[in-house]
Amino acid sequence: MPELLDKRLVIVTGKGGVGKSTVALALGLAAAADGRRTIVCEVSSQEHISTVFHRAEVGFHEVEMADNLWAISIDPDEAMREYVLLQLRVRAMRDLLFRSRIFTYLAAATPGLRELVTIGKIWEVAQPDRRVKKGRKYDLVIVDAPATGHGVAFLQTPHTFANLARVGPIKAQAQALESFIVNQRRTGVAIVSLPEEMPVNETASLERTLTEEVGVAVDRVYVNGLYPERFSKPEVERLDAACGNGNGALRAACRAALSESRRAAVQREQLARLAESTTAPVRTLPFIFKPELGVEEIRELSQEVGWWPA
Amino acid sequence: MAGVAQLLEGKRVCICAGSGGVGKTTSSAAIAAGMAARGEKVAVLTIDPAKRLADSLGLPELGNEERQIDPGLFPEAGVDARGGQLWAMTLDAKAAFDELVRRHAPDEETRDRILSNRIYQQLSAALAGSQEYMAMEKLFELYAEDRYDLLVLDTPPTRSALDFLDAPRRLMQFIEGRALQVFMRPTGLGMKVFGRGTSMMFSVLRRVTGVEVLEDLSEFFQAFSGMVGGFRERARRVSELLANPETCFLVVCGPQGEPISEAVYFHRKLVEAELPFGGVIVNKVHFESELPELRDDLVGELTAAIGDGDVARRVADNFADYRRLAERDQRNIRRLTAEMRARLVIQVPYLDEDVHDLAGLMRINEYLFAAGARERAAIAADAGPG
Repeated sequence: MPELLDKRLVIVTGKGGVGKSTVALALGLAAAADGRRTIVCEVSSQEHISTVFHRAEVGFHEVEMADNLWAISIDPDEAMREYVLLQLRVRAMRDLLFRSRIFTYLAAATPGLRELVTIGKIWEVAQPDRRVKKGRKYDLVIVDAPATGHGVAFLQTPHTFANLARVGPIKAQAQALESFIVNQRRTGVAIVSLPEEMPVNETASLERTLTEEVGVAVDRVYVNGLYPERFSKPEVERLDAACGNGNGALRAACRAALSESRRAAVQREQLARLAESTTAPVRTLPFIFKPELGVEEIRELSQEVGWWPA
Repeated sequence: MAGVAQLLEGKRVCICAGSGGVGKTTSSAAIAAGMAARGEKVAVLTIDPAKRLADSLGLPELGNEERQIDPGLFPEAGVDARGGQLWAMTLDAKAAFDELVRRHAPDEETRDRILSNRIYQQLSAALAGSQEYMAMEKLFELYAEDRYDLLVLDTPPTRSALDFLDAPRRLMQFIEGRALQVFMRPTGLGMKVFGRGTSMMFSVLRRVTGVEVLEDLSEFFQAFSGMVGGFRERARRVSELLANPETCFLVVCGPQGEPISEAVYFHRKLVEAELPFGGVIVNKVHFESELPELRDDLVGELTAAIGDGDVARRVADNFADYRRLAERDQRNIRRLTAEMRARLVIQVPYLDEDVHDLAGLMRINEYLFAAGARERAAIAADAGPG
């Protein structure tokens, strides 16, 4: 089995608020630094990457953000339009479709169709021979996928459609997408989590659902925001004693230290629980004590997310 | 009356909204427990409670049925509930949708046709908005039954808090699908009226999608058409409940830049939509009371107090890190407060441990139900950082 970043497509998912976008970008920077032409796809118009790089919104365009690193925000309406354009070569037919109210309704109303065309676009971006004219060829495509609940439904869409449509282009398309997603040599999944109770529970059940129901390979779990263990047990006891005596900044500093050591301990309990309840290798990422995570901080993280020594 | 209790005076519905991962479920449970501890009969509707919290409260995993939390837990947590009751329910959106179809279906055949339709199965499980709508639907049902003094809704995790408000419209837009219904009856009036253009349209559509998808959709809309009226009326009343003066929206967020910006945005949208906005709860805040004036030689003082220069330096480094986060949080909260004008902004500190029982919820309530910012800061100073 190839290493995560040696695959062609990497899907980054996890519970809401755990730092998926940050990890996706850090992975992108790690691969790019290794000389791979990498693109990070955002799928819910967060425009996280353009914000981090202080750039204009990228929208439905492949925009170079750093050396070897591109970004695109996949809007389902644009993806749908592009799909139809690629599907129907006859201009009159396209015009008929785009002008039609039925098409607009159908496109908006069919459950899962927006997700399907989004995955379709991701697949297209990952092709060595792009269907889009003058499409760039990438070594690696990273997807900043929707949060857990919606994320599983998102990845299951091709399978659902492959079953729903018995014949026809959607059937063929959905089947192609499904076999692309479940091809464990080419497509990998990273789950992002936090060393807290809820995210740990959710990660364990997400890993099960992804491997058993969606059929993808979960290559690793990233545990984000781990506090350092700055103080040993005897030191904590000494601080506890010192805390009572001081006042003002002294007392506050001691209490902040005690507080952090308690949090660090609770986090490690949760980390142990996670390691026990998941089968994919777990990798921790340090909490970054900065007001906001900018390019520099995420570059630092990218040193931690990349390849593992075997 | 102070804090959340003040906001909820005369209210029968409290909706906790916010993006994922900000502690909405815990806030909702704490509010419900706090109001029950004030002698009210309260039910909290939640989607996915933390297992340890659910276990400690004796909540079953799913079921769409309210369960009363053992009243004996209150005295155990050191609370005199004064006859108040706490009920809780975990929502199963798919089951709730099925229930709704059963209720509105004109006959058994229609009901079965819908429940077994593949588009419906996909829709009820996965369509964006169906989970949100079902949460509102359950809320409305309990509100109409009038068995509780207060209902607290923990909204489903959405990327944007706004998706929640938009859910009834999106769902109705789909279910009505009027244009589609007319067009898609292959031998119906639609075809004749719209003539050749339409059938050509269909051949194009078939080319893009495949036949069965269209047939399933068509079948779905036909089966649903008899129920659209009932659904629409229901959705209208559910939407009305959101704007009811007895309803109170609370926005829950975290202290980082992004969640605060989203809370500001959500507040604006609520005000624009003329929905009853109550206030904002900011969770996991690094408190200002932990930012006393720094003296020049903190490391020296720490060394003297602890008797170990190496430990003292690490304590000082840790404190510097902590202060950086506290400064950021306070900057963000000032921005939020300015935007909210006179509205209440309630800060809950970053606690050292996960909340997993009623006593933990009551600890959070010391902040949620505190009288004012100063008292809350005093509690924080007393309780230590986080």
